[in-house]
Amino acid sequence: MSDAAFLDLAGMTLGYDGKAAVESLDLAIKEGELVALLGPSGCGKTTTMRAIAGLLQPMGGRITLGGRDITSLPANRRNIGLVFQSYALFPHLSVFENVAFGLRRQRTPKDELERRVAGAVAMVGLTGFERRLPKELSGGQQQRVALARAVVVRPRLLLLDEPLSNLDARLRLEMRTELRRLQRELGITMVYVTHDQEEALALADRIVVMRDGKIEQMGPPEAIYETPATDFVARFVGFENVFEVRDGQLRAGNGAALPLQAPVDGDTAWLAWRPHAVELGQGPYEGRVRGTSYLGQSVEYLIESALGPIKAEAPAALPRHEAGRTVAFGLPPAAAAAITR
Amino acid sequence: MSSRMGGLMLALVFLFLIGPFLIIIAAGMSAGETLAFPPQGLSLRWFWAVFEVESFRASFVLSIVLAVGATLLALVLGVPVAYALARYPLPGGEAMRTLLTSPVIVPAIIVGLALLRYVVIPLDLGIVPALFVAHTALLVPYAVRVVSASLANLRSDIEEAAVLLGANRVQAFFLTVLPNIRNGILAAFILGFVTSFNQVPVSLFLTGPGVSTLPIQMLWYMEFTYDPSIAALSALLALMSMAIVLLAERFLGLSRYV
Repeated sequence: MSDAAFLDLAGMTLGYDGKAAVESLDLAIKEGELVALLGPSGCGKTTTMRAIAGLLQPMGGRITLGGRDITSLPANRRNIGLVFQSYALFPHLSVFENVAFGLRRQRTPKDELERRVAGAVAMVGLTGFERRLPKELSGGQQQRVALARAVVVRPRLLLLDEPLSNLDARLRLEMRTELRRLQRELGITMVYVTHDQEEALALADRIVVMRDGKIEQMGPPEAIYETPATDFVARFVGFENVFEVRDGQLRAGNGAALPLQAPVDGDTAWLAWRPHAVELGQGPYEGRVRGTSYLGQSVEYLIESALGPIKAEAPAALPRHEAGRTVAFGLPPAAAAAITR
Repeated sequence: MSSRMGGLMLALVFLFLIGPFLIIIAAGMSAGETLAFPPQGLSLRWFWAVFEVESFRASFVLSIVLAVGATLLALVLGVPVAYALARYPLPGGEAMRTLLTSPVIVPAIIVGLALLRYVVIPLDLGIVPALFVAHTALLVPYAVRVVSASLANLRSDIEEAAVLLGANRVQAFFLTVLPNIRNGILAAFILGFVTSFNQVPVSLFLTGPGVSTLPIQMLWYMEFTYDPSIAALSALLALMSMAIVLLAERFLGLSRYV
């Protein structure tokens, strides 16, 4: 892994029909890195990916790959692979021919073609399925074919657009592990687009959180998960209770305020608590239990308070708080992620 | 009771649909000299007689050439149109779709008259080119509609996948789109062929002395000769059309596209 940027997006402005969906985006990705673009739908992550692939001409900015400006290079000459959310397999072609498609475009000699297709099919565990049509495969198998088809041409960069979102939960976990293994084996640079924070955390070397066409935060998974840079990122990675800090008070979006439980640094703008960080049964605040859900190891509580709904979580072994009862709770700043101004 | 009524209604509908056809076959199998039902005696001689009539043979050849040629031309024009309408949300795309289906809605006799008055006469087209132009114009809507139906079932991202694997846009179309709409194109071809082959109202305005399509030739023939050969020929043509449509349904599932 070299330190120089392998893929470099500089001042990228992207959009459709003259309306910008992504504005002046800068992003540098190192060779061999697996970067996840994470964000809700409409945040510009898929648009960014399509621009990297060459399927969308940027309105402004520059894309460099391996030191070469590819901004105006046609998509079919970029040698960038893409695994589509829908897999986009060719329905009339067998597994073998789907995987061979890219090699045939390069006029690969017959014996080399057969060897490489067999290798790619074996790599995704589908040996023996070469003559099947896509419709004769399960969703997970189609996924693997799409992956084999994209990597068999040895792309310089592999883009993956929500590749696991059409799979059931168990298969999703399995494919996640497999993707990680493949990435390590092939040493291929990957850009992975997803709206699933768990998937991004598990897979990526680095996460880029996007919102409304802009980068909200980027960093290693641990940094995103533990020290969100904005209230948006905090909410997105599972801090269910996010409040603004002003004049020694916690303020909710509805204008309600409560005094802070303990003093905080002057430059703290927001405090964010995960459900398990909320103290339950003790503390300076009060609320009414609106609902509980049993999660196995723990119980999740929804508490109606002066600050609006609070999500708390307590070990299942502790005595339960019944719905409808009033309960004391605390929001200790020491247990919160602090977002500074 | 009600199910018996339903059965009766169904039988009446079938009788209404198939009855005339059965009468035509019966009339064609007559041994007599004039077209009549019930037939006078039974014979297949009028079925053989059909092949002896020179004007039938010539117009049959013209009809076949016209049907094949005009259908192919309509597909060459219609497939790109269907593709553009399906893939690019063009301003006025919906209006274009409506416009393209208008020859199906406007009475064919009006289409024929309009073509004669405003295309064939001003351009001084010969009979055969005029027929080609007219039939192609009539068939383009069928081509667009049927091919559109099969394009609607095809994801557009397979073309993008092909492009990212090194194909250019043209290769992407021929390697990934065309093979997947092949059945729709065949269905459009069959529908177009049958429509052109059976076309009367438009051809009526455009045929002339010595050059005529088979259905028009049959009309003229009946004006002067009232023998059972016309019934025999009608029966043969109806059987041919039915065979084509049945084969198409069997192998392509024609009814999915129309």
